[in-house]
Amino acid sequence: MRKHGTLSLLLALFAGCVMANGPAEVDTTRLGLGQPATAADIRRWNIDVAPSGEGLPPGRGTVPQGATVYAAKCAKCHGASGTEGPMDRLVGGQHSLATTSPVKTIGSYWPYATTLYDYIHRAMPFDAPQSLTPDEVYSVTAWLLHQNGIIAENAVIDSSTLAAIQMPNRHGFIPDPRPDVHDP
Amino acid sequence: MKSKGEREKADHPSASEAGKASSGLTRTMGRRNFLTRGASLIALSSTSLLLPKAPFAADPNSDPMLVPGSPARSYGERSTFESASRSARESHSLTPLQELHGIVTPSSLHFERHHNGVPAIDPSRHRLLVHGLVARPVLFTLDDLQRFPSVSRLAFIECAGNSRDQWSGPQDRTVQELHGLTSTSEWTGVKLATLLEAAGLKPEAAWVLAEGGDAAGLTRSVPLTGEVLSDAMVCYGQNGEALRPEQGYPVRLLLPGLEGNINIKWLRRLKVGSTPFMTRWETSKYTDLMPDGTAYQFSLVMEAKSLITSPSGRQQIRPGFQEIRGLAWSGRGRVVKVEVTPDGGRTWRTAELQEPVLSKCHTRFRVPWTWNGEETVLQSRCVDQTGYRQPSRDALIKVRGTQSSYHYNGIQSWKIDRDGRVRNIHA
Repeated sequence: MRKHGTLSLLLALFAGCVMANGPAEVDTTRLGLGQPATAADIRRWNIDVAPSGEGLPPGRGTVPQGATVYAAKCAKCHGASGTEGPMDRLVGGQHSLATTSPVKTIGSYWPYATTLYDYIHRAMPFDAPQSLTPDEVYSVTAWLLHQNGIIAENAVIDSSTLAAIQMPNRHGFIPDPRPDVHDP
Repeated sequence: MKSKGEREKADHPSASEAGKASSGLTRTMGRRNFLTRGASLIALSSTSLLLPKAPFAADPNSDPMLVPGSPARSYGERSTFESASRSARESHSLTPLQELHGIVTPSSLHFERHHNGVPAIDPSRHRLLVHGLVARPVLFTLDDLQRFPSVSRLAFIECAGNSRDQWSGPQDRTVQELHGLTSTSEWTGVKLATLLEAAGLKPEAAWVLAEGGDAAGLTRSVPLTGEVLSDAMVCYGQNGEALRPEQGYPVRLLLPGLEGNINIKWLRRLKVGSTPFMTRWETSKYTDLMPDGTAYQFSLVMEAKSLITSPSGRQQIRPGFQEIRGLAWSGRGRVVKVEVTPDGGRTWRTAELQEPVLSKCHTRFRVPWTWNGEETVLQSRCVDQTGYRQPSRDALIKVRGTQSSYHYNGIQSWKIDRDGRVRNIHA
């Protein structure tokens, strides 16, 4: 989206080190503010999972294990099969996106399977975020992918198999083309 | 299986759900009752407690020039006669645009949207971690952030889902209920570029993941474009005081002009990367589904929009002079022109823009008008400094269909009925 070499120049410009009209030049790299973050600090905070699979922890899960976790901790908001609600529908909706009643679910809309791990771990269950173990998150992820027809019932989901999954709508997104509406 | 409407509400506020009880008519009646009842209650309590005078009292029989007023107080509140309110639901509240003067939204009335409640954060325990593709990963305290060179600016924040009910409809609702997920504050903080410079960006840095310290752990990928580096701030101040909890206390990200969701509140982490992180909120949500089944992604800028806030939905007007007032804004810069039609588009008048007209900020406009008592339709449309023109609803839908949920900025039409009642229509 931009040339890498220009970023440090832009930064210098916008951080105020090279202010054309500014009253003073401040080298903000030398203010000595903040504490260096240690590897342990970063490990504790660094919970995101990238599409490459980077950030996925050790652990594994299966579809049957996921069915148990889902029934206990997810079904009350998303319905027994992931379609009933009352909160977001998670299953189904394939081939509905180009209709006037699109159903956006994990199976029909989500472009990356890794996002499932990231989101379930950080934000679910809604009343107890970050309470699931890695194996429980992998299992629920496996169950949801299986319910959507994306993996087999005997599949095992772990850090390498999850990142390798191709989601049905992986290529359904286009970069922002706006302004796209030109009213005469 | 739920209807589409139910599903949308499940994740995201529908402006129409909120504030159903506060129609212009009922509100006027309610206020009158409140005044009468409030005054007598205060009079009663002060009599029964034998206080020498009622603080801030409104004794209808007394002349405020004949009795001493109230003493000074340490934190001010508005007059007890004032009642403008957000219409609040569990995960969002909407700004009463029809009640505001000028361009600044009082902090108490700034719209809010959260994805698992407003966290209670002790600022002394809060830290901001900057790491990833940086030379010096660093943890900042609030005190550290406040010691950096500071900047302030006025900027609007608008939820990407503002006005979403206008994709369908039209519903007979107030401007607050239809469009109240936009507000303007003066924000104070340190430039994001300053913090990134302090941490030392590596050459391959191109995106930064911003993460909130709330129960949703909301995360968005921010592209490190020249415009973002020029504008973005890590803020601790709002309208002269600390951020409100609903606005991210103690620290939030501000990306002027970009959709509300990416202005991460309760900011706890910035992780620099070379590619977007593809979080749940930038894939399954906040993407615009088109009629062909593809979706716009990273459609971040809020395009130019204007609204007549008075007269507006469910208000009641009388024949005679009526100043048409409204707000216009653009995520791409300054508003350069607003036009208003008092006759359903037959004639357009250029509105007066109230100074200051600021980039990526609400701009107040007005046009004098005399209502002759006949049925008519009022509309406003704006142009921003890039030459972009706010589109009609028809033009918008022709390109994007009706299922894209986010980023609605079509021209708003208010029908004035012969009895002076104002309602939302699609014209």
